[in-house]
Amino acid sequence: MNKLKCRQKNNELPGAELKMTNEELKQCMLELLPDAAFEEGGEWLVVTPDATQWKRFALQLREFSTLHFDYLFCLSCIDWKTHFTMVYHFTSTKFRHTLVVKIKLDRTNPVIDTVCDIWRTAEFHEREVYDLFGVQFTHHPDLRRLFMTDDWKGWPLRKDYEDPVNMIKL
Amino acid sequence: MIEELGTTEQGDLVINIGPQHPSTHGVLHLVVTLSGETIKNVEPHLGYIHRSIEKMCESLTYRQFIYVTSRMDYLSSHINNHGCALCVEKGMQIEVPPRAQVIRVLMDELTRLASHQLWWGAMAMDLGALTPFFHAFREREAINEIMEETCGARLTMNYMVPGGVMFDLHPNFQNKVKDFIQLFKSKIDEYDEMVTNNIIFQSRMKNIGVLSREDAISYGCSGPTARASGVNCDIRKLYPYDVYASTKFDEVLEWKGDCFARYMVRLGEMRQSLSIIEQLIDNIPEGDFQAKTKAVLKLPKGEFYSRVETARGEFGVYIISEGATTPYRIKFRSPGFSNLSALNHMAKGHKIGDMIAIMGTLDLVIPDIDR
Amino acid sequence: MFSLEGITASLHNWLNSRFGPTPALVVEMVIVAVLAISLFAVLGLVLVFMERKVSAYMQIRLGPNRVGPAGLLQTAADTLKLAVKEGLTPNGADKLLFNLAPFLVIVVSMLILAPIAFAKNFQIWDLNIGVLYISAISSLSVVGILMAGWASNNKYSLLGAMRSGAQIVSYELSAGLSILTIIVFSGSLQLSDIIASQQDGWWIFKGHIPAIIAFVIFIIAVTAETNRAPFDLAEAESELTAGFHTEYSGMRFALFFLAEYVNIFIVCGIGATLFLGGWMPLHIGHWEGFNHVMDYIPSSLWFMGKTFFLIFVIMWFRWTFPRLRIDQLLNLEWKYLLPISMVNLLLATIIAITGFHF
Repeated sequence: MNKLKCRQKNNELPGAELKMTNEELKQCMLELLPDAAFEEGGEWLVVTPDATQWKRFALQLREFSTLHFDYLFCLSCIDWKTHFTMVYHFTSTKFRHTLVVKIKLDRTNPVIDTVCDIWRTAEFHEREVYDLFGVQFTHHPDLRRLFMTDDWKGWPLRKDYEDPVNMIKL
Repeated sequence: MIEELGTTEQGDLVINIGPQHPSTHGVLHLVVTLSGETIKNVEPHLGYIHRSIEKMCESLTYRQFIYVTSRMDYLSSHINNHGCALCVEKGMQIEVPPRAQVIRVLMDELTRLASHQLWWGAMAMDLGALTPFFHAFREREAINEIMEETCGARLTMNYMVPGGVMFDLHPNFQNKVKDFIQLFKSKIDEYDEMVTNNIIFQSRMKNIGVLSREDAISYGCSGPTARASGVNCDIRKLYPYDVYASTKFDEVLEWKGDCFARYMVRLGEMRQSLSIIEQLIDNIPEGDFQAKTKAVLKLPKGEFYSRVETARGEFGVYIISEGATTPYRIKFRSPGFSNLSALNHMAKGHKIGDMIAIMGTLDLVIPDIDR
Repeated sequence: MFSLEGITASLHNWLNSRFGPTPALVVEMVIVAVLAISLFAVLGLVLVFMERKVSAYMQIRLGPNRVGPAGLLQTAADTLKLAVKEGLTPNGADKLLFNLAPFLVIVVSMLILAPIAFAKNFQIWDLNIGVLYISAISSLSVVGILMAGWASNNKYSLLGAMRSGAQIVSYELSAGLSILTIIVFSGSLQLSDIIASQQDGWWIFKGHIPAIIAFVIFIIAVTAETNRAPFDLAEAESELTAGFHTEYSGMRFALFFLAEYVNIFIVCGIGATLFLGGWMPLHIGHWEGFNHVMDYIPSSLWFMGKTFFLIFVIMWFRWTFPRLRIDQLLNLEWKYLLPISMVNLLLATIIAITGFHF
């Protein structure tokens, strides 16, 4: 009977010593986007680029050798009643640093570039955001509703979404 | 269960698989384009069990929303609750007493074992061997009984609260868990004999559904799916929470990325869970099982993200709070969602029987994906 | 001691003296027909119940235990249910072929019953080419399956039937070659001769290596021929619809179902006859005392015991192994079993010629 040999990669991954602190990440961001804004508070660095700079910035996030953000682990959208915010959480599997990118979108016409050609996981996540919020992702290969039926009217997760049949107001 | 949707222009057949399945995957509807017996495209249609949990949580208080997550990935219900409780504690800066931490980790590992047992039985059933399903459930009964005594429920144990656990352990807990450990140690060797070393299983799983390391990272896979492709992503090791930092266990990695590798990773994880339980069961510290918290919790304005390792992968809870008693927006990062997105990539070029095997080893729980 | 040939012999004499040779023959044929049909019915009941109980105990549960004492009447209840069910014919189905297919399959199973020796001197028809007859007639069942698949007017039935057909036709080769191995040893196609040649020991022991290899290949091949797991891809519930008998309901489905179980009995009976001695008790060489003791157990009991043991083994396979994929299935046959059985046949021939067996 074969005993399972569990191989353990030690926690000191190659490259872990090159993990950047939030300060160093901030310097790096400023090099890439000289006029980048940051949000304070929170355990991770939050960068808020403009929607027009997003695609180029995203490519640099993955390609830059000292950054190497290859793992997009959370893609969400927040409806702030006056505008939308797209939130992307990245981490680097090589260096183990984490970055949060927030992009403000216009509520009446939320359009942003897709990143599913950079991180394949974004394909489904962006479809979900489109389905629930109505954000248009340009150049997405297959932007359709994901959870709702194809002929659903309205964007359910928006704060002003009314559904007299299914939503119960207490 | 399968009806033809039509043919494409190239003469390929388009068929449905699901949404009803003979095994416990859940309501997953796949539209498969076949050329003969070979798969050309797999398109999941989700939403059959979408209950808009994220929207619902916007009107539930911080104490209430934890239990809705039990119903998401119902096989790792404890672990989901744990993630939510951790997020609230992060926001409120609550310190969890050591006894509660150990109890939480014990319950987590028992849940992980139960989930992997069900996965093992269901996967063998998918491949055609109907007997292991019963054996897996027989062992799972022992865990269900332990849970029922302490938490009051067998599947969706609403046991976690922000600050600790809801009740103290039942007096029988330690003995029952020790008996279970003895029982399961011999059973897991049986599992190896029955399934792992069987040549038919191996030929149905080896070199099927290969997921390379880069693809696993790019598709956002986590948990055993990614670890089978060589990605270190065990949250219990990378970002330890509760007592995982002081517990000795290995992160099980495989490198081939095929179905057999995913299978071996989960079997290895079962053994690791058993070893964690063994380490902790004799050393449960005395003290409070719950930290003193206010009755009505109000997270300060800001956003908080916490992550736990469920049986399927990384479960993330992202709370955006405006200082009210209910969250402004919650996003649940579910592991199954990202794992499922890799299915099309893995199944291309294989046969239908192989796709069933791939789905089995991905260990999908659809309520987790649909939320 | 109890002996079935005594009953048949006395009945034969009584009929002859009462009526004369020709009417006696007719009456005997009618009796045999009735017995064959009732054997089918009883076998179907017993085997389905056995399968359910065996599978249950292997899966740590109890199986049917409510209907009748310890669940014995379960299959009777199921048969009654199937008999009163509505038999639907799908729209656009070829009516003649659709209705004919289950009967063809049953008739083929019944025909194969003829040469099988259930006890000493208890065969319906001991023809001199018994084994060839069995091989030939069993190939006809493929026609029934293909008819069923085609006439159902359903793409998935056709797919399942084609797969089934390919599987059966391929595995017939290996089964035939392994049967040939025993023919080489015993030197005759007549079943009573083959059984008589096992007077001093069963072929599986006397023929040592080639006979054991042939036995293993035979068991694998007949599991595939009867569409049993691990070769039940054509009816895989978790993958496709129920294969060629999807569109059948009611009594016609019952006939297919029955035919499958009776086929298992028949192939196990053949295996028991060729490899394990049929109704011949376990004799070891010339150990007179031991052989005499073994003879006290009635021959019908020996035959039934061996057959049911083989049936149990085949059922055991179903609940232990997962399913093979269609390409792995055909691979197994054409790349592994067929070459091995051919080499085995050669080996058996050499051993038979040189007299190297027991």
